This record gives sequence, structure tokens and C-alpha cells, in this order.
Amino acid sequence: MEDDAPVIYGLEFQARALTAQTAETDAVRFLVGTQSLKFDNQIHIIDFDDENNIINKNVLLHQAGEIWHIGASPADKAVLTTCYNKTSDSRVVSCAAVWRMPSDWETGNHESPDESAHNPQTLELLCHLDDSTHGNAACVLWEPMGDGKRMISLADNHALLWDLQESSTQATVSSTATLEGKGQLKFTSGKWSPHHNCSQLATANDTAIRGWDLRTMSQIYCIENAHGQLVRDLDFNPNRQYYLASCGDDCKVKFWDVRSVQEPVKTLEEHSHWVWSVRYNHSHDQLVLTASRDSRLILSNMVSISSEPFGHLVDDEELSEGEELHQEDKGKEPLKDSVVSTYEEHEDSVYAAEWSSADPWLFASLSYDGRLVINRVPRALKYRILL
Amino acid sequence: MDEGSVPVAEDPGRRRRVHGMLKLYYGLNEEGKAPEQPESLDPCDINGPHFDPELYLNKLRRECSLTELMDQETCMVRQIRSLDSDMQTLVYENYNKFISATDTIRKMKNDFKKMEDEMDCLSANMAAITEFSARISGTLQDQHAQITKLSGVHTLLRKLQFLFELPARLNKCLELQAYAQAVNTHRRARCVLQQYSHLPSFKGIQDDCHAIMDKLAQELRQKFRDGGSSAKDLSECVELLLQLDEPAEELCDKFLSHARSRLESDLQGLEAEIRPSLPSPASNTDILEFIDRGCNEFVSSLCLVITSYQELFINHAQKGELLHAFVDDLAARYFMLVERRIQEEKGVGDNSLLVRALDRFHRRLQAVAKLLPGSAVPNKGTEIVIRAATERVKQYLSALQSFYMDSLTDVRQALATPRLSVAGTSVAGPASGRDAPTSLPELLSSLSASILNQIKSVLASVHLFTAKDITFSNKPYFKGEFCSQGVRESLVVSFIKFVCQSSRQFCETAGDKGGSTPPALLLLLSRLCLDYETSTISYILTLTDEQFLVQHHSPVTPVTTLCAEAREAAQKLLNHYVKVQGLIISQMLRKSVETRDWVNTIEPRNVRAVMKRVVEDTTSIDVQVGLLYEEGVRKAHSSDSSKRTFSVYSSSRQQARYAASYTPRYHSSTHTAQLVAEKILHFHLHVFLLPQVSVMTGIIKISLKTFLECVRLRTFGRYGLQQIQVDCHYLQMYLWRFVSDENLVHFLLDEIVGSAAHRCLDPAPMEQSVIEVICERG
Repeated sequence: MEDDAPVIYGLEFQARALTAQTAETDAVRFLVGTQSLKFDNQIHIIDFDDENNIINKNVLLHQAGEIWHIGASPADKAVLTTCYNKTSDSRVVSCAAVWRMPSDWETGNHESPDESAHNPQTLELLCHLDDSTHGNAACVLWEPMGDGKRMISLADNHALLWDLQESSTQATVSSTATLEGKGQLKFTSGKWSPHHNCSQLATANDTAIRGWDLRTMSQIYCIENAHGQLVRDLDFNPNRQYYLASCGDDCKVKFWDVRSVQEPVKTLEEHSHWVWSVRYNHSHDQLVLTASRDSRLILSNMVSISSEPFGHLVDDEELSEGEELHQEDKGKEPLKDSVVSTYEEHEDSVYAAEWSSADPWLFASLSYDGRLVINRVPRALKYRILL
Repeated sequence: MDEGSVPVAEDPGRRRRVHGMLKLYYGLNEEGKAPEQPESLDPCDINGPHFDPELYLNKLRRECSLTELMDQETCMVRQIRSLDSDMQTLVYENYNKFISATDTIRKMKNDFKKMEDEMDCLSANMAAITEFSARISGTLQDQHAQITKLSGVHTLLRKLQFLFELPARLNKCLELQAYAQAVNTHRRARCVLQQYSHLPSFKGIQDDCHAIMDKLAQELRQKFRDGGSSAKDLSECVELLLQLDEPAEELCDKFLSHARSRLESDLQGLEAEIRPSLPSPASNTDILEFIDRGCNEFVSSLCLVITSYQELFINHAQKGELLHAFVDDLAARYFMLVERRIQEEKGVGDNSLLVRALDRFHRRLQAVAKLLPGSAVPNKGTEIVIRAATERVKQYLSALQSFYMDSLTDVRQALATPRLSVAGTSVAGPASGRDAPTSLPELLSSLSASILNQIKSVLASVHLFTAKDITFSNKPYFKGEFCSQGVRESLVVSFIKFVCQSSRQFCETAGDKGGSTPPALLLLLSRLCLDYETSTISYILTLTDEQFLVQHHSPVTPVTTLCAEAREAAQKLLNHYVKVQGLIISQMLRKSVETRDWVNTIEPRNVRAVMKRVVEDTTSIDVQVGLLYEEGVRKAHSSDSSKRTFSVYSSSRQQARYAASYTPRYHSSTHTAQLVAEKILHFHLHVFLLPQVSVMTGIIKISLKTFLECVRLRTFGRYGLQQIQVDCHYLQMYLWRFVSDENLVHFLLDEIVGSAAHRCLDPAPMEQSVIEVICERG
């Protein structure tokens, strides 16, 4: 069972923003935003043809500035948000905006790829997510599984809940939450929980992780000193509503049960430098991806704290007797948390890793030098989880 | 001639010679036996018995000359003459003796005749006496028979009298409570009475006796039932009752139940002794006293019961099981109490007391074993001893562990105090950093010495269990399993494992709560583990094996496994140390980059203070590590004079020294610098245990990578870039010396400047010479 070789795609510019196209469930598609101070920035739409192992790319211009964060609408394939830096008069300002891809980006591309590369189309601005009082957006989060109307932006020490109106051309702040405390507090990252009817948000600032209730915009839990140093990223377990993964500058990945925040449920110390990103697989939550400054991407199998601690649960209807026996056999196997594999295709800091929204066994990772690598879960593990 | 002139001289020597010659003549030698020499057959031998004068003469005449013949003749004549004179002397000498002998013989003849007459007279007298005696005995015969008969009647009468007096006597005995005597008396009479019970008078006596004996039995039973009496009385009672044909089973049960109640009271006494200990353990009697009391009261009475039971009910074989059950039951309760008491023995201070108590306990149980061969009691006792020993070993283990943790706390405190002073004075330079951490090696040595001493003392305490004079030490358990599994595995090996494990725990928990473990402690523990790996473990195990003569029947943890574990722990600690120190410096760098507005900064005049701080901290870390690991290796090139040479410094010397410690893949250096450095970036952090340089390399690598990452997150103006250039140059000037491959530092710093340039809105780098001037000034 040999695994397919990873597919590597190189961008011309440095990049750190990566997302899967959430609303797309048929094609494997990722969006990458570039960072360049001197040239027009781009959004690369990467299509991966799984059968032929080929990458197709389309480029859209993002002239507003260098992209620090990108988010795809869960409802509309064409809509996305970016957080970008704008420099004007030797001042750097962080902004956020909602964009729409031109409707024909795909068709024009296929016929004459060369041409389109030279004359990329431009993103259509829907609206700015800027408020005169709240600047410096760190990231924008779409409501998971929502209708693409609600989103949250994190700006300095504020969390703003936006409502999009009039086919997304107008955004209004419906409520805000403010982080108060000593010093200059600043949200670094956040995640909208898909559980509890999407009423919870987790944010990271410095070494703390906080949970918010979006209905009242008040803090519901706080993990002080979650990491020894800055917390870089968060992710919710898609199947276990109280489980949360975090990673940070102390080289660790931690798993939390937000009901008891004194101690992490589990800690991974596989990386040797900052961990930039942590992502649960959308359907098999034992699979966790972490991307680190040490140029490595690690896929871990965290069986013990997954929703399927005894292997994949087959629906009762599908269970024939033979399978049932098989199931029991599997239950006896000692399942251990382990590192499934370490991917070392990157040569620079890996800033982002994302699972594909279409194929649960596929993921992409992006490093600073603009290298995007698409990898698969090893077949052996895939079959072990499935069978 | 001489002889011839003095023929009859009174010379003793001559006389002897005369005798000799006569003897020779008669054929006798000195011993009076006939000579056996065959030469005497020669007819020419003048002294031989077969002498033939004719032959001799002929021979002489034939062989000798005239002169010789003449000589021979004179000689012969002389000899004949001397022989004659000898003969005469002898006759003279012996004549008197012959005469006196003849006289004596004659006198004896006369005496014998007289004696013969007297003997005849004696025999006649004897015959007369015999006749008289026969006549007397004949007359006395009748009377003798009569006397015999009379004496027989007398005995019978006495017996009868005894029988008639029996009831009265028994009554009296009863009154005096001389039961034993009564029973004895009755027993003697019983069969006679039984035999003659058909006679009315005897019947009466028998009935009387029966009545009395019944009463006596009643009384005995009463006494028996009361049970207040001692074990000895009791057994006496039972013996008597048995003789009175009481049913044995019933007696047996009763006997046992009495014994039980008594033993139980003993047990209660023991239990009472345990109980008061709960509120105030201090006032408690010590275990030796307790066991003593148990032995003296319970075990000895138990032995007594067993002995008397066996004596009493010796014929009732089936009762053996009853006794076994009884003993087992009581012993079980006793054991329970003993075990409870032993469990209370928590303090590990004086093991000898416990061992002695156990020894006594065990020794006394041997008595039971002798009395009751098939009993399970001694085995259970041994089990208790074994359990107690195992428990003790466990307690020692936990004591060792807590000792270890306490010493670590002490070390931590010791580290905390000087650390303050380091923090206060470190600005003054690396020299001051040396004062405080000098105590590190001392701390290490005192820590390891105190642990070793503790282990030794514990081993000595445990060793008491196997001392020769302890009875249970020759049990197979204490010879084999206790030594190998108990002491070696669950004490020594477990402790070593605990040390390793606790060290590893420091790595796991420390990071969470913001460095609750001082990095110096990590370093110290790492060194400790390494020392364990290289020597201490094997030393301790050898010591154990020697002391306990461990024979490995069951598989034991080999030294190599423990060493590997210790090594792993050391490695992990060192890695963690690197991480912690790296993160501390990283944090400093990160804060410094994040909090500045790099777009609108002023032209750099100075190296930023934080960079100086980084260099200082790095230096003091280097000193700290150097104190414990590989001291002084790098002294040769740490002087300030080498400051400027870094760019041309060929690292060949260093490389030769450290090549072994690093993977060979990137020390081939300069030509493929870019490629190689690329590799370094991706090289997963490993601090090999050839440490100081590796540690420093790791720390610096982490710090610089952080710096790089922070720079990438910012946007720079022209002067921002220039400031970064200055800072990097300053770092380059000082940091290269700490690492194994200076290219690594160069590459990372280049990368930082490169990234800053990339993130710069107006990239206009500063002149190299200006940078150098600024750095020199700083």
C-alpha cells in the first residue's frame, strides 16, 4: 500500500494565508493569499485533481494589500473574506473586507491558462468590515455551517459580530465584546465553535484562551496560561463539543476540555519550535494536523480523546453479523495516540495547514516561501479507520 | 702362652668363657636352643658333633708343614689342658648344690604323708554333717507350708480391708479434693469389684464407690466447667475424667472450648494493646514488646493446650483434625492482630526492632510446628513475615522517594537564593555570574552523595532481614525472592526508575506553569541522571548484589535497561533545559520586536539593550552549563581578543573536537553553506550528550529562529531595517563562540536581515563600516 507522493505547488510570492473553500464539497479546492509589500497581491485558487494528481490554479488579484488571513464563506463558494495590511504614508493599517470572486474565473481560465496568468481578474469588493472605532483586524471568522450571513472579526481587543445584508454588500455590527485588562491586549486568533447552535466563540490572546457566549457577548471560560508563551491557533473538535485544541510558541499542542480548564487533557511535544496551526479533521476527529516553525507538518492520531476511541462506529443498519465480530476484534486492539507521519516537504516555516472540505483524507499546507503541499492521510491508517 | 701359665685364675671373664665353651660343647647356644648352623656337619670341625679324629689327622698331615703341625700340636695340648681344668672347676662349684637338693626332696616326702592323714579325717566329718542336715529339714517341712498359707490369707485380708475402707477413703479424698488420689485408688479397686460384684457385700461396696465416684466426677466436671483454673489444672481435670470413662468427644469439645476462651482472653489483651495506639501512637508499646507479649501469653498457652491435648486424647486419632481446626482458627486471629500491629509500624527509623520482633514471632511459631507437625500455622506465620518484609521494603522505597523529593526541594531552595544575586549582578559581566553557580557542582555532589548514603543505609536496614541469626532468613523466600525481587527489583530498581521518572516529569510539567522548575535544577538533574548512567547505577546494583548475594532465579532488570532509562532521562532533561532557556530568550526577543513601531523608528545609534541582555544571558547560561558539563573545554578561544576573528575563524579545530557529537551531515561547511544551513533549519532539535556546545547551539538556534519569525510578522521602515542590521551584527560578534558551527549563526542572522529587508517598505541597508562602528561603541 504505497502512498501517493505529495503534490507541491510553488507560488511566486511569500504567503501565509490558506483556507479550504468551505462551500465546495465536490472539488478539492484551496485558497491561498500572498504577502508582498511591493507587488499586487493575489489569491490563488488551487484545484486538485485527485485522480490524476494534478493541480490547476487560477489567480485573482487582491490589490488592497498583503493578505494575513483568509476565510471562505460556508454558504457561497464565490464569497470570501481577507484580512490585509494597507500601507499608506508610512503607516501600516490592518483591514478586513468581504470579496466576491468574478463569476467567470473558472471558464476563462481553462481555455487559455497562460493568458489568464498574465491578466488575472480582480476580486470584486462587497464591503469593508471596518468600523471607525475598531481597526487592525487579526482575523475574520464565518459562522460555521451558517448561511453566510454572519461573521466575527477580531480586531485588537474587540470581537465584532457582523451581519451581512443586501446580498453581502452591507455589513453592520450587531454586537461587540471587548477584552479588558492590564496592558495592551490583543486577540491573536479565534475560532467559532460549531457546537451549541453556533453560540460560542473561542479566542486567544497572549497565553490565554477565552470562551465567549455570542448571545450575551460575555466571557464564559478562560484558560489562563494555556501555553507557556503566545497561543497561535485554536480549533474545535468537530464531534466533541467541549474539546478544543490549541498550539503556541512553547512548541506544544494541547487538548482541552473546556469544562475543566485546570489541566490540558493531553499535550503533544513533537515540534521543536513554534507551532503555527492546529486543525482537526472534519469527519475523523482523531486526526490532527499541526504546522510548525520547524518546517514540519505533523499528522497525529489522537485516538484516546477522539469521539471514536474504539475505532470507527458503523451505523447499526450497516452492521451485518460478520462485521459485528470484526468490530469487537478491533475494540480489543490497544489504540494508542501516535504520530502518524511527519511531512518534511517544506523548507521554511509552515504557517498554515487545512483539511480539504471535499475529501476528508486530503490536506494542504503552506510555508512562508510560498510552497503549497497537498498530502494524503496514509492509506494504511485510512483503511484502519474506515474498516 | 699367657693362658697356659695362669690356668685357674679367679677371673669372672674367664669363667664365663668356660661356661661358653662348655655350652658350645654340649651344643647349646646362649638362648639354650640347639644351634642350627649346618657347618657343624663338617667332620674336620674339631668342635662339631660329627668330628672324625682320623680324618682330621689325615687332613692335618696332608696339608700342613712340620712346623705347623708342631704348632697345632702345642695348641691342641694347651686347649685340652684348659678344658680339663675347666671341668674340674665346674664339678667343685656344683657339688654343694647337689647335696642340698637331695636333702630337700627327702624332707618333702615326709610332710606329704602327714597331710594325707588329715584329709581323710575331714571327709569323714563332712559326711556326718550332711546326714544331720537332711534330718532337720525333714522335720520342719509341715510348718513351712502352714506359714505360707497364713501369709497368703493375710494379704487377702488386707486387700479386703482396703476394699471395705474404700468408700470411706474415697470420701476423705473427696473432702480433701485430692481427686487424683481418689481416682487412682478407685481405679485399682475397680476391676476387683467388678469381678466379685455377684457377691452381695462386694456389690454394696461397689455401689457405694460408684456413688462416690459419680459425685467426684460431678465435682470434677463442675470444676472443669467453671474453667477458672489454669491450663495445667484443666488438663489434670480432663485426665481424671478420662480415667473415669467420661465420653472423650464431649471432653474434647469442652476442653477445646475452655482453651479457646482462655486464649481468646489473651487475644483480647493483645487487641486492647493495639487499640489505644490509634489516638496516640507515641504512647504505644513498641512492636517487640507486643510480639513478646503475644509469644509469652498466647503462643505459649497455645503450645500448652496442644501438648496437653495430644497427651490426653492421644488415642482418639480422629480428634487430630479438631485440634488442627482449633489451632488454625485461633492462630488466624492471632495473625490478624499481629498483622494489624505490624501495619501500624510505619516509621522506618529502626528496622532492627521490627526484624527482631518478627524473628521472635517466627521462632516461637516453630514450637507450634514441632508440636503439631502437619499444621499450616508456621507457614502462615512465615507468610506474615514475608508480607511484613515486603511491606517494609515498600515503606523504604517511599521513604527513599520522599527523601529524594525533599533533597530536590532543598536543592531548589539553594538554587533560588543565589539566583537572586545573579540576577542583580549579572549586568556587571560574566565574572559575577561565576560566583553564584560555583555551588552547582557542589550541590550536585552533595545531592548525589546524600542519596547514595540514604540508599546504603536503607540497604543496611533491609539487610537485617537476611542476617544469619534470624530464623526466617534461611527460608527459601528470604534467600531468593526477597533478595532479587524484593530488594533488588522493588527497592533499588524502583527507586532508580523513580528518579528517572520524576526527572522526566519535570520536563512535562515545568513548561505549563511558566517555568516552575528553575532551569539550573533541570541542568543539575540531567547531570545527576548522566552520572547515574555512567557509574552510580551499576555501583548501587553491584552493592546490592554483593550484600544480598542475589541469585537471579527470576529475570531481573538488567543494568543496561536502567542505564538506558537514566540516559534517556538525562537527555530529556537537557533537551528540556535547552527548550526552557531558549524560550526565555525567545520571549525577550519577541517582546522586543513586537512592541516597537518599526516603520517610524529613528536612525539607529546604538545596539538595542535587549541584544546586550541576550548576549549576557547566553554567556551566563554557558557558564552554568560549563560548570556541570565539560568544564573548560572552550577556554582557549573565549577571550575577547578573538572577537574580531569570527569571520575568518576556521572552525576546523572546533569541528574536529565536536564532530563526533553532531551528525556529520553539516559539518562539511563553507562551500555548500547555503544548502547546509538550510538543512540546519530543518534539523530537528537534538542535544546530544556531549553537551555544553550542543546545549548552547540549541538555545541560540531557538532564539534566533524566534527572532526571525518575529521579524517576518512586522513591516519595517528604512531605519527599522538598519536597526535590525545593527542588532544582528552585534549578535554575530558574540554568539558565534558558543556554537559548534558558526555558519549556523551566520546563516540565521543573514536570514533575519534578509527577511527584514524583504518586509521593508524602503530597503536601504546601512553601510557595513557604520554598523561595525556602532557595535564597537556598544
